[in-house]
Order: sequence, then structure tokens, then C-alpha cells
Amino acid sequence: MLIRKAADIRSSEITSKDHYLDRRKFMQAAALAGGSLLSGAALPATIPDEKRAKLEGIVPSAFSTDEKPNSYTDVTTYNNYYEFGVRKEDPYRNSQDFESQPWTVQVSGNADVNGTFALEDLVKPHTLEERIYRLRCVEAWSMVIPWVGIPLAAIIKQFKPLSSAQYVVFETLHDPNRMPGQRSRSLRWPYVECLTIAEATNPLPILAVGLYGEVLPNQNGAPLRLIVPWKYGFKSVKGIVRIHFSESRPRTSWELAAPHEYGFYANVNPEVSHPRWSQARERRIGSESGGGLQSLFSAAKQPTIKFNGYGEQVAHLYDGLDLRQNF
Amino acid sequence: MTGWISGRTSNSVLKNSQLRFIWKPTVFLICLIPAFHAVGDVYGITGDLGANPVENLQDRFGNWGLRFILIALTITPLRIQSGWNWLARFRRMLGLFAFFYVLMHFLTWLFLDQGLLWSAITEDIIERPFITIGFAALLILTTLTATSTAGMRRRLGRRWQKLHYWVYGAASLGVWHYWWQVKLEASEPLIYAAILAVLLIYRLWRRIFLNPQREK
Repeated sequence: MLIRKAADIRSSEITSKDHYLDRRKFMQAAALAGGSLLSGAALPATIPDEKRAKLEGIVPSAFSTDEKPNSYTDVTTYNNYYEFGVRKEDPYRNSQDFESQPWTVQVSGNADVNGTFALEDLVKPHTLEERIYRLRCVEAWSMVIPWVGIPLAAIIKQFKPLSSAQYVVFETLHDPNRMPGQRSRSLRWPYVECLTIAEATNPLPILAVGLYGEVLPNQNGAPLRLIVPWKYGFKSVKGIVRIHFSESRPRTSWELAAPHEYGFYANVNPEVSHPRWSQARERRIGSESGGGLQSLFSAAKQPTIKFNGYGEQVAHLYDGLDLRQNF
Repeated sequence: MTGWISGRTSNSVLKNSQLRFIWKPTVFLICLIPAFHAVGDVYGITGDLGANPVENLQDRFGNWGLRFILIALTITPLRIQSGWNWLARFRRMLGLFAFFYVLMHFLTWLFLDQGLLWSAITEDIIERPFITIGFAALLILTTLTATSTAGMRRRLGRRWQKLHYWVYGAASLGVWHYWWQVKLEASEPLIYAAILAVLLIYRLWRRIFLNPQREK
């Protein structure tokens, strides 16, 4: 594990030979690192290449909820990540051999800074924050999860988007050899998600690199995933390899799969039902498993809150927008 | 018509007493294994229910309900093809187990998932088509269960068989309910649908091309 000041060693010097930055990328990396002087980061974020390695220099966030987080087991064994299979336990089962380093992110489109960046260079100018967020799945279950990441707004700022950049598009790695779920046509690959520029630069969304103070597990989207806490979980795209600044809105993966069921906005909203289930209530995941019938009967559903309880921070983004039409 | 009912034939290779005191109780206990397993998991003895215990229970009961309907429907073709007429003696028990597991699936939904919130329950049954058809399947199976006794069968006479052909309706609705509920990856419901299709085609084929009177 490396703990060093921003100026110490350039990450390119410790990168493996087949992955060193060429001159062009080096210049881009320098451009990225420039931002760190302004942000005054105490510790540059580093991501160790080792499962469950502790992340260093994490600071708490005022945006965190004080609700009790779900157990590490709940968070890492029950989720959707169709790249590794369609059942809830598939991501955990099928992602253990996934190699998430080295990792690069391609930045393209209407922004001053474009190019392909090593993940370590992307995160280095920033301080890691812990954000304990509620996660609400469109399937009417929810969790509370202590993510570790970097505010998306800060990362976007580095790329200096142009005024023509109306949307930020994210793409997941497409590699059926490494992601067995992609051998099936359950979705159209690669997975594409998108936020408006106003949503993306809101203080709430983060690019997560960790969970429970440790490196992000493969099944949860390692090494880099989006977290947008006021939207249904499928908006929070995992395994990001591309960020594109676009003038127009692409059709996102779930929109393409079932347009009448999954909309672009996908804001958590108890008033707008999904065709196959009500969104009025949610089941908070929590394995009281083995606790007998008593715990089963006491695990009542709880009411869902509009914008997943983050209305204060984000409701203004949708002023004048009919959320029933724009679901 | 009686050929479709069967089970009353005399060429059974099993003695009645053997059937009644050994084989029927054995099959009965085997059919209960999924239920025992569920109870064991609830108490953390045979395993656990994972991060979403209610969903886990609901899904497994629903799955077993569908499997038992299909198993019960396989009995007659198997009997006809193999000549093992004693198979017919297990058909009602298997059908009743199908109802039992479907009922458990429904009760899990009603009590544990919905928490007996009647407004949400009626909304779901009315407004969510996949729940509507699942509920319809349950109503059919309930009717068939209520008329499954020897007394009811005698009383209904020829109408009994007509009524009990509705098991195909229940099976079709059940598979459809499952198919609709899963999102995109429909491999498991597809397997059930394929088995059901084979069973239906087999029966239709016999109906059209063979004189059912010949079946004994």
C-alpha cells in the first residue's frame, strides 16, 4: 500500500511496463494532477491492487446518513450486476477471478480534456470520502451502504466540459471473456448509463472505489462505479471504462431493454409505480436469516421516500418536469 | 373418457397394502422435503435464507408449486407409455402437493411480503397483470383441490373430468406468471414452458389421432 504526497512519485513510474503512459497521456495526467493543488487534498487517493485492502486517508461526509448500514455480507452477496449473471448471487459467485487492475478510463466528447487515463491518475488528485447512502433498487428492495469514493462533480471539473456538454454518458467494460454474463444477451452490451450535466455536477453523486473502508469488491463494480443515491440502483453503473460528454441523450441499457418499464430519469418515486410492482414501499434488506419465523414476520416493508430521501439536495433539478411522464 | 382418469385398473403390479402402507407414505415424505428444507433454513439449521429471506421463501415455494403441477401432469403420459398403471395412484397426492406449495407461495406473499396490508394486496392483484394471473391460477387449484375427494368425484360424475382439465389452465397461468415476473433472463420459466408444451401436445395428439375409448 502506498501512502505518499502528490508530488512524490508519479504513478506512471510505478506502473507496469506494458502499461506505462505515453507522452500524450503523461501530459494529460499532468493536467489532471494540476487540479489537486487547488483542491488542497491532504492525501492523494490510491487504490491498492489487493482484495479487501484498506483504503487510506478516508474522510467522513456530511451527506452520510446515520442509519445502520447493511452488513458487508448483505452488500457483497445480494445485488444485480448482469455482466456476471442475472441472479442476485451471481455477481458474488462469478466475479471472484475478475482482474480489475490495471484499469483505464477513456474520456471523450465535448470537454477540453480528452484521453485515456489510468485509474490511479484519475483518483490521485482527490481525497477519498466515505458516503453512507441509502440504495433503492427498482425491484423495491433497499440497503444502506458505506461507499468510499470521490465526488463526481470534482472529477468532471478536471475535464473542463464545454457548455455543449448536456449529458454525461458512462459505459461499463465490455469483455465477455472476463464478464461471463455478457455471453448471454440479457442486455445489450456494453451497459450504458447517463446523467444530465446538472445531475452529474450535483454534490451527491460519487465515483466509488471502495466499500466499508476497503477496496471495492468485484461484484460491486470494481474498480470504479457510479453512485447516484436518489435514483434507482440501475443508474449507478459499475465497472466504468468510458465517460463521454455528449450534446444528446443516448438510449440507456434498461431503456432499450424495456422502454415502458425503465425511464431515463429513474428517480426514486413512490407515486409512480413500475408496471410489475408498486414503488410505494420497499423491503430493507437485512439477513435476520436463521432467526426463525419471528424475524420473518417482523421484517415489514417500509414506505419509500421521494428521491430516496435526498429531495432537499436534488428536487430542484426537476422543477417543472412532470415526473410521471419522465419516469 | 374413463381412460383419461385411470387409476381404477386391475392390472396393478403393486399390492394394495404395499401401496398404502409403504409406497404412499414414502412418496408423501419425499414430497415434503422442500418444506422441511425451508423450515430448516428459516431456523438456520439446514442453511440460511440469504440477504432477502422473504423473497427466498416466496421464490422457492412458487418454484416447487410449478414443479409439482408438471410432475403430476407427467403421471398419465408416463403410465400410458410404460404400462405402469400403479403410477396413477400417486397422481392425486402429487396434485395436492402442487396446491400445497402454491398456497405456501401465496401465504408468504400475503403475510411476509405484503404484511397483510390489504390496500396494497388488492392493488397488486388488480393492477399488476402477472399477479392477477398468478392469483387466477391459485383459484383454479383451490377449486380442483376442493373437488379432489372420492366423494366429490362421484357426485360430479362426468363433469369431474371436465373440471379437472382446468389443471392445464392453472399450469399455463403459473408458467406465464413466472415468465412475466422475471425481468429479461427467462431461461427457467422457458424450461417449464417447454415441459408443459410437450405434455399438452402429447395429450392433444392422443385425443386427435387415437380413439380414447381404447385406453384402459
